[in-house]
Amino acid sequence: MNGRVRALVRKELLAVLRDKQSRIALFMPPILMLGIFAFAATLEVKNVDLAVLNQDVGQASAELIQRFSGAPYFKNVFFLHGVPGIAPALETERAMAVLVFDQAFSRDVAAGRPATVQLLLDGRRSNTAQIVQGYASRIVETFNADMARRRGLAGPPARLVARNWYNPNLEYLWYTVPNLIGLLSMSVGLLVTSLSVARERELGTYDQLLVTPLSPREILAGKTLPAMILGLVEGSLITVVAIVFFRIPFAGSAAALGLGLFLFMLSVVGFGLFISSLCNTQQQAILGTFTFMIPATLLSGFATPIETMPAFLQFLSLANPLRHFLVAIRGILLKAMPFPMVLETIWPLVPIAAVTLALAGWFFRRGIR
Amino acid sequence: MSLPAARRMAAITIKESLQILRDPSSILIGFILPVFLTLLSGYATNLDLADLSIGLALEDGSPEARSLAAAFTATPYFSVRLGRDRREFAEDMTRGRIRGLVVIPQTFGRDLARMDTADATSAQVPFQVIADGSEPNTATFLQNYAQGVWLSWMEIRAGQNGQPFVQLVEILPRTWFNQELLSLNSLLPGGMAINLTLIGALLTALVVAREWERGTMEALLATPISPLELLTGKLIPYFVLGLAALCICLLLTLAVFHVPYRGSAFALVAVSSVFLISALALGLFISTAAKNQFVASQIAILSAFLPAYFLSGYVFEPSGMPLPVRLLTHVIAAKYYVSCLKTLFLAGDAWPLLWPNIGGMAAIAAVLLGLTLAKTRRRIA
Repeated sequence: MNGRVRALVRKELLAVLRDKQSRIALFMPPILMLGIFAFAATLEVKNVDLAVLNQDVGQASAELIQRFSGAPYFKNVFFLHGVPGIAPALETERAMAVLVFDQAFSRDVAAGRPATVQLLLDGRRSNTAQIVQGYASRIVETFNADMARRRGLAGPPARLVARNWYNPNLEYLWYTVPNLIGLLSMSVGLLVTSLSVARERELGTYDQLLVTPLSPREILAGKTLPAMILGLVEGSLITVVAIVFFRIPFAGSAAALGLGLFLFMLSVVGFGLFISSLCNTQQQAILGTFTFMIPATLLSGFATPIETMPAFLQFLSLANPLRHFLVAIRGILLKAMPFPMVLETIWPLVPIAAVTLALAGWFFRRGIR
Repeated sequence: MSLPAARRMAAITIKESLQILRDPSSILIGFILPVFLTLLSGYATNLDLADLSIGLALEDGSPEARSLAAAFTATPYFSVRLGRDRREFAEDMTRGRIRGLVVIPQTFGRDLARMDTADATSAQVPFQVIADGSEPNTATFLQNYAQGVWLSWMEIRAGQNGQPFVQLVEILPRTWFNQELLSLNSLLPGGMAINLTLIGALLTALVVAREWERGTMEALLATPISPLELLTGKLIPYFVLGLAALCICLLLTLAVFHVPYRGSAFALVAVSSVFLISALALGLFISTAAKNQFVASQIAILSAFLPAYFLSGYVFEPSGMPLPVRLLTHVIAAKYYVSCLKTLFLAGDAWPLLWPNIGGMAAIAAVLLGLTLAKTRRRIA
């Protein structure tokens, strides 16, 4: 690295780190967000409120209700006094679901006749509704099996024993935290770069930079390196917090993770500089970054799986650095993904970085003419 | 309000409206971003898992094993890759190419026969379903679907063998408000809250911060206008912009994605107005507290956009969160708005639910506006 580039790198780092408010805005939010959103970004279903309308006075319904209240997913099980109570309970979200027993329930069970119990679910929360339905049918199946055994009948077949690789207890944090490492590192990398050129353009110092002996390529290097340094420091910091504080397993190799993070930051910085090189004011750059961040988050496979998207969006998501990195980091942390396979997962980051950095450089150069 | 005060406010409103119309970035946030976001979330966010890729290791050649494999292949929930050995699939699991693995071992036929004679309920199921636990939600769905396939296969088999298969108690699930359980029907209405948050909080924060940064705010405050008049005059154009964006989102949601709307127009406008005021108040407060656009945009994203995404119940249910985070969701205006929107779209005008939510948003707005006013006065002094 020659002296000119080194000077520019130093100046860029100072520009970001000199001001206390900016320093705080750079380093505090990611850690704070990791702390809050790691717990918030969960599709896990627990603490469910369940209403029961029991028109039956027998023993079977009482026993089944007891099994529901004893299940760990249901927090608050309360009784309704009649059919008119159902609609308000669901509508006002006092209950996620209502369990309805008809008058003949216990009689049917005692006589060995097929009995039914209705489960009314709040479809406004569609994912929760499906999972609660799963919980409920599991409780009823166990109930059936126990009843059958008590009478010495051949009941329904045994339940499948569920096995889950990589995360045997389906800990949700093991999913959200690795994803947040990618998401938060991306936001830092974009933030540092996207403003760098736009701010100088707005303040008029960009023209001064252009009349210095620095070549466009040196300017590009001088803008890329500080962002890489800050992004890598921040990314490693978040990763360390994830492993030490959240106790996320680290099954794979540190070298693979380092390489992945490096290539990921390079492609993110490429996008950031590209956006910045297009913008004339800071406001445009902030909005531009934002316009990139949202689709990048939505098309990353974080909140919703990629395979449920239409084909053209799945194709578009291939240009998204976050998508590739998330597969890699989950693989490295949880699945002990071997090094060659990590390479296969992250190689698309290389062309992404090359194209975006080249475009950014091209737009820098255009400024000179 | 006196006549000159009204005139002063009108002047600010006109100035601010002109600024919106001339500034390409306001047009971007006010019109293009809502369209883009609604279309993107309409097409991209889908939690309805169909066609999960799984591997099926058919290690047993017995007719029963093949029949079970066929049952897995036939369901629309799975897209099955067949193999002869479980080891073939280990690498695909690590790569994430398959979401789970069904293993029908060599002993399947034999174990099944033993299960018929022994006590079925206590017998070990003779095959295994392994899910990729690195994505827990998908894993849960996969296990539930697999259990469904297994149960219905056993039921058909028992029928063919002439054994009665008594499900003593049967559960009849029925979903209200969203019969087909389409996740889009609840995600898109909730997404409108995110759009309005962007306009209300992010755009306002940026615009007003720019005014502080350039010193034109001081110039405005030096005029006879009072801080209250100034703030109101500034809020009106963004309020109108927000309502316009709401209409755009609503049209797209109804016309392109065919989400039902069961509430009244009045309720929607009422609820949205209160939410917009709270979002605008947040934007104003941020810009008054922050020194420059960079910091203002950071705080806006951190305190408005991200909470609207993560803490509002838009995708992630607050009920699944730990208590401290659940308490935090109560100070997020978007949480109340998302609940109202989902209800208005899918259930209708349920005022007993809407009132408390409106109250929550109004309280947040009042606190923020009060703080902003106090802070603006102090900044001048």
